[in-house]
Amino acid sequence: MRAAAPRPPAPDGVRRGQSACSDDSLAQTAAPAQAPPGPEELRQALRYLQGVQDRVPLRRNRALQKHLATAESVALQSGLPPDALGQLLNVALSGKHADAVNTRLLKCLIPASVVPGCSVVSAVSWLCVGKCSSSTELLFLRWLIAMFDFIDHKEQLYALYGFFFFFLQDEKLCPYICHILYLLTRRESVKPFRVRKLLDLQAKMGMQPHLQALLSLYKLFYPALVSITLPAKMKTYFKNSESLWKAAINGVRQRNQRTSPVSQQLILGPTRLQSRKRKWNTPLILPASSSSTSNTTVSKEVSHVDIFSPTESFPLEKLCTFSQLLQNIHCLEFPSRMSSVLRNPLLLHYINCIKDESIYLRLNYWMGQALQEECIWCKVDNQLYEEDFKDFLDTVYKAECFLQEGISSCEEFLYKSLPLWDGSCCRLQVLRLVSWIPLNSFSEVKPYLCEPLAQLFFTSSLYFKCSVLESLKELLQNWLNWHVMQLDMESNSEISPLNTTLSGLVNCVAELIHFVGQLCAVALRLESNATFLLHFILDFYETVCDIYLKYNLPLLVLPPAGVFYPALLSMDSIILNQLCYIIYRYRTNLVAAKESELVKKAILQFKFSSQTYQEYNQYIMVMVGCLWTSSAFQKDIHPQGICLDTEVLEKTRVQEFRNSFNIVYHPALTGYAILFLEQAWPHDKTLDFSLIKGKKWNWYLEYLYTQGLEGLKFFIESSINRVSQTSKAKKGSVHI
Amino acid sequence: MQNRSRSQRGLPDFQENADPQKMAFLLRKQWALYSVTPLYKFSYANMKEYSRHLSAFVAAEKQKGLAMVVGIDLSIKVIFSTLLGLKGTDRDQAAILVQIASKTQTTSGKEEEKVVWSGWFCCVFGDELLENVPEDFICLPLFLANGAETYTAIIGTWFQKTFDCCFSRLAISPLNLAWMAAMWTGYKVDSHAVATELIFSVPCIPQRLDISYAIHPEDAQALWDTVQNTQGEVTQEEVDLFMDCLYSHFHRHFKIHLSATRLVKVSTSIASVHSDGNLKILQSKYLIGVLMLLTELAILQIQ
Repeated sequence: MRAAAPRPPAPDGVRRGQSACSDDSLAQTAAPAQAPPGPEELRQALRYLQGVQDRVPLRRNRALQKHLATAESVALQSGLPPDALGQLLNVALSGKHADAVNTRLLKCLIPASVVPGCSVVSAVSWLCVGKCSSSTELLFLRWLIAMFDFIDHKEQLYALYGFFFFFLQDEKLCPYICHILYLLTRRESVKPFRVRKLLDLQAKMGMQPHLQALLSLYKLFYPALVSITLPAKMKTYFKNSESLWKAAINGVRQRNQRTSPVSQQLILGPTRLQSRKRKWNTPLILPASSSSTSNTTVSKEVSHVDIFSPTESFPLEKLCTFSQLLQNIHCLEFPSRMSSVLRNPLLLHYINCIKDESIYLRLNYWMGQALQEECIWCKVDNQLYEEDFKDFLDTVYKAECFLQEGISSCEEFLYKSLPLWDGSCCRLQVLRLVSWIPLNSFSEVKPYLCEPLAQLFFTSSLYFKCSVLESLKELLQNWLNWHVMQLDMESNSEISPLNTTLSGLVNCVAELIHFVGQLCAVALRLESNATFLLHFILDFYETVCDIYLKYNLPLLVLPPAGVFYPALLSMDSIILNQLCYIIYRYRTNLVAAKESELVKKAILQFKFSSQTYQEYNQYIMVMVGCLWTSSAFQKDIHPQGICLDTEVLEKTRVQEFRNSFNIVYHPALTGYAILFLEQAWPHDKTLDFSLIKGKKWNWYLEYLYTQGLEGLKFFIESSINRVSQTSKAKKGSVHI
Repeated sequence: MQNRSRSQRGLPDFQENADPQKMAFLLRKQWALYSVTPLYKFSYANMKEYSRHLSAFVAAEKQKGLAMVVGIDLSIKVIFSTLLGLKGTDRDQAAILVQIASKTQTTSGKEEEKVVWSGWFCCVFGDELLENVPEDFICLPLFLANGAETYTAIIGTWFQKTFDCCFSRLAISPLNLAWMAAMWTGYKVDSHAVATELIFSVPCIPQRLDISYAIHPEDAQALWDTVQNTQGEVTQEEVDLFMDCLYSHFHRHFKIHLSATRLVKVSTSIASVHSDGNLKILQSKYLIGVLMLLTELAILQIQ
């Protein structure tokens, strides 16, 4: 609110809530109503209502009833578009209809966006010809007061000041006319003859609060003209005119807000109806974006920039569309409170292209306080406000996604509050925010982020474990994306804001991956290799295996044995398939790295260590041994691998144990093998798996591929050399 | 991070340009403590302008929206002024005093101005905060208000809107209260020595139980002198030891472990402070010393 400006809003209880948003920001046309009466029916109703020549009694007229109901339901559902509003207003005041109809029409004139100023002008002209009854006139005036903030071109209304002033004589209308004049009065409207008239009226009617209000306003503008003393304090000057439409306006506003996700704050007034009264310094109440009035008016005398800048700045209240942003990007001013950008996508675009440290500082100071003061698990008193806090965290997260960047005060908040977090309240929101922690030296982050998170991870449910893994995957992806962006920007020879070297970056990412690897291995043991968990784990490694090719970062970390073996021996074909795909991608990345090493010949700063290749080779030998060459339990030299003495294996009395993990016998694939047998030998009910060999083996493989096991296909085609099929596909160039 | 030690820094008196009348005004009043994030685009040169705008704002808020004209004679006036000398180093920004004066007519028909609310912003040894803040910001992290809460709300709202800052109540943790108890006990006073009183709160049902523990100032000082051995510096260990001594003394007499309760208020000859964030300063000599510690806590809260 600009209380210091000459014209603050009218008294309390009369028009509130309009203060933060000027009328110009209302230019948002709502989508046509999708509720039963559509735009076509509204058009028909308008045509009918306008076409009526004589007064038709409402009671016996079906058509009138129907069209009236249509107009009402559209208006209450989504508000009326400006032109329809103007037409209906015209109909209501033209005196064509009975009073009951006019009343109903006026009561449903709820704007979807704005009330066109010209329609108000023509309505006032109807008042002057006296076609409608005094009760309709009265209702219209009340409507005008209630809708004052929605009128788009008020200058037309200012021109009617004299007309309104004339109506003061009408005793019934007088209180409402006073209210309208109060809203319209500017310094130039105050004239000696008007003061005289008001004083006359006051002498005639006695001390009326509405007259006093107008007089006190006149006195403020020209103290010399109004010499009488007016009571200093007055509780209410005007009757409440808004009540008839208030609920409907709020309803329409909320519904329209829901349907237009892009520019929430642009629709009618401040961001969100506050659910309750809060302290004055509650930082959570996000203000609507408004230009920094006080600062500019105050600093005009001292600021030289203002004087020399060739263009006037573009007020934020008028900024509604992206094209406006583009046209005025050179002369935009920032909002007086930076926090308002959070809910304003256009301003988020804008701050994305302006590199000004103070913007982020202002945002950070405020957000740091907001998070700290309102955190519901850090302060006991805040527990009532969980929904608000959730909502706030969501907003912060959305802004971070939009900016593709973590906000540092949010990061600090997480470090401070995670150790106190119970892992359940606002879980979704907190874990999402974790994914936007900026890339930092991992050793610094570890005690604040990883330790509390790991503690919660190990002691919480399977579902929580999966959510944590999901958000750590997002974190990894955000870091990698950031790195790719930096690479792009390097051509502009910009220094990275964090000043991280490539080796520092590689170390950080590697540490994060190792940390997650440990979490995964332990989690799988705790949850007895739950398939659900494995899905999330392999999702993580699907990002990890492609870091070199997809994100151009020389890093390759293989999953720990505690992850690899449970996945390989999983009962679920999807898991096995995903593992095959991941191993195939590791291979592709390693081959690409090796090739670029050979081509460039130069000594590269970063080479994958021979240990990485060794690890990979171990895994692939085990996989090929299990799935393809039927030599399970034999060649696995990994300490955590599946190598067993033959004597032990014989004791199990399983025949042909070496086959037990090949593509026919693998528990994840036997289902396919059975279906294949049933199709290949429909009459043989013995289900003899040993029949699948030679040519049938190839058929079976094709069958598996058609069942969607694409990962298996990539794996087998890349890692197994099947050129000579004579010796039943010996393992080929497995080693890289 | 919590400081493990705090230097005494010689504790200068106010700088020579301090106005003794204004300093006296700050004493013996109950101040509600707030932390404030740096003020964006505040300018000392515009304080007259701010006075006019804020006067109109306060008047408008008081009258709930009745139109106001900036600059005309109002029954309520806001006065901005600087509190000279109230800073630790030259890098600290000058403290600002904001006062609301209400004009009333006395029976003899004379107009009288009466201060109904005051608040001041200050920064004493705020080097830590000042380090990385660009010029657009004025850092006055500690705000103290005396008067009706409604005025605090109006003034705070205006500042928050105009300078894009945030106010939060500055609650004092028991740990920091113990620091104050120890440090202030160590300050020597020439006159008006009063008992050092510590109030502990025991969460009881149905009613809270408060334990008041008063120590003769000389005894407290003697105890502190034996505890403190590093010159010009107070360490966490010393503070802990000081409190432990007091606790064990109390336990010997009353068999109550005060360490299991919560310290909520400390009053000494220098100042008294409640964990809610209410402060009363009694000795002008140590005003800077008290504000230094509070500035530090305010900075901790906004960073």
